[in-house]
Amino acid sequence: MDTTQLGHNVPLTERAYRIRRNAVLMGEVQGQGYIGQALDIADVLAVSYFHAMRYRPEDPHWEGRDRFLLSNGHYAIALYAALIEAGIVPAEELETYGSDDSRLPMSGMAAYTPGMEMSGGSLGLGLSIAVGIALGLKRKASDNRVYTLFSDGELDEGSVWEAIMSAAHYKLDNLIGIVDVNNQQADGPSTQVMAFEPLVDKLEAFGWFVQRVDGNDMDAVVAAFDAARDHPEPKPRMIVCDTKMGKGVPFLEAREKNHFIRVDAHEWTLALDALDAGRTA
Amino acid sequence: MSTAATTAAAAAKPRLKTSAMIASIAAEGQRTKPAPFGHALVELAKARPEIVGLTADLAKYTDLHIFAQANPDRFYQMGMAEQLLMGAASGLAHEGFMPFVTTYAVFASRRAYDFVHQTIAEENRNVKIACALPGLTSGYGPSHQAAEDLALMRAMPNMVVIDPCDALEIEQAVPAMAAHQGPVYMRLLRGNVPLVLDEYDYTFELGKAKRLRDGADVLVISSGIMTMRALEVAKALEADKVGVAVLHVPTIKPLDTETILAEAGRSGRLVVVAENHTVIGGLGEAVAGTLLRAGVVPSAFRQIGLPDEFLKAGALPTLHDLYGISTDAMVTSIKGWL
Repeated sequence: MDTTQLGHNVPLTERAYRIRRNAVLMGEVQGQGYIGQALDIADVLAVSYFHAMRYRPEDPHWEGRDRFLLSNGHYAIALYAALIEAGIVPAEELETYGSDDSRLPMSGMAAYTPGMEMSGGSLGLGLSIAVGIALGLKRKASDNRVYTLFSDGELDEGSVWEAIMSAAHYKLDNLIGIVDVNNQQADGPSTQVMAFEPLVDKLEAFGWFVQRVDGNDMDAVVAAFDAARDHPEPKPRMIVCDTKMGKGVPFLEAREKNHFIRVDAHEWTLALDALDAGRTA
Repeated sequence: MSTAATTAAAAAKPRLKTSAMIASIAAEGQRTKPAPFGHALVELAKARPEIVGLTADLAKYTDLHIFAQANPDRFYQMGMAEQLLMGAASGLAHEGFMPFVTTYAVFASRRAYDFVHQTIAEENRNVKIACALPGLTSGYGPSHQAAEDLALMRAMPNMVVIDPCDALEIEQAVPAMAAHQGPVYMRLLRGNVPLVLDEYDYTFELGKAKRLRDGADVLVISSGIMTMRALEVAKALEADKVGVAVLHVPTIKPLDTETILAEAGRSGRLVVVAENHTVIGGLGEAVAGTLLRAGVVPSAFRQIGLPDEFLKAGALPTLHDLYGISTDAMVTSIKGWL
């Protein structure tokens, strides 16, 4: 099944709205979580699952699927929200999020969740695994791709640069990296924790085809995914996505400490109301 | 200086023992086989097209170059990047391939531990990790001495840990690693590797300890090159009418507790565990825990192994004597304990 079949009558903006809504509902289950990240990356996930990637919701291990690696395991709440919308995880499991015996643990684990290709949590693992998967897909003469989402904070990890160097060395044109640049990590703004700009220049110098887009501009994200797929050079592809933490919920966007969000009980309803307002706008 | 004068000066000054990294731990005159791991892997790979080889700039020093030469399209050079090495191996295993990964034991266990733990062991990926310079087999100093690798790898769930003794065992261990579904860590002897076990009607079986010889007074439980030493110790002590049994335990995890308990439970023998590893967290403590948990108490229990300190740089024979793991040092220790 490809994207167009899955999403042909549902606009990507609606998919993104539903992903955000799923994430907020899961956050409400625990009263806290990486909600800011889920809201900021929802548009990218909508494009990944409903425009770019091939997969079969009923068969998460289908050999012909594109692989999606969540390197930043703490974004699991965002990916679960997308996997539920994609029909890979049943919607009724949403309310089990982060609970004992749930298939949706707080941090993404491959063994727990259908559609989860790797266990994250320890940061900087994803691109290295992606290099191996991309090499493996080429060995099998597969035309599938491996998409890997990671965060700007992960650029602090040396292993990310090891993988970036090797992907260019092996001309892995089936590897598409997606960096979520929301400029927020545990100890503060990413650019202050460890300077990583100029990111595009660095990645280009490392031999990648690089695009930088507003990760909350649906048309721009679609165009970037298309260009990454169609780029003719034998290079790995990186999409640098500038995003807004808490996107779609203004009072969360405005919150200063939004790496890990605690939301008061009454605020969950306000958050859902804000998303609804954005949906009809 | 004339040639004659140079020669005279050299003769006057004793030649210092070298700490240079050597390609082999074989003693002078010892029977050896070249690159058993590389040749065994080439042989196995003929029938197993899913096998691929990866290294981090150490193909020539882990005998993986033999595989790379035979199968250039199945070999991946990952550069001096051990985290990437382990992550990429996980990715290839994710796609159904069976990566054999090589580097030095220090780099796999220390530098890439989190990647081995998270991308390979936690996901139970079918990755085989073969690591050269295990324990104290380099005189290069603490940077290259893998005194803790068994403790680290043993502590990791899902990981099978092997410490082979000689060339024969490495040849047999390679297909056994492939037959096991899941991650395996093997200590690797590379270059010209001693050949010992062919005299003992020995066959490697994953997870099995094997008694190589019997004796009434001492039971040495050992792994890796220490089994080679234990067999030499047994021969040496025969002259003193001391009977030394040798139980070779090449699989550190899972441990063959049944055989260990049966042998150690025989009354009246001094039990000595000998390992080329720190006495903390390796075979010695694994055996001690096994005995205590089962309520088996030998008449005496001793450990031969590396001390809990950063080891010196120097020539291997010097260091093996210093830390008590040479044959002579073991003979002295065991006699003292009797």
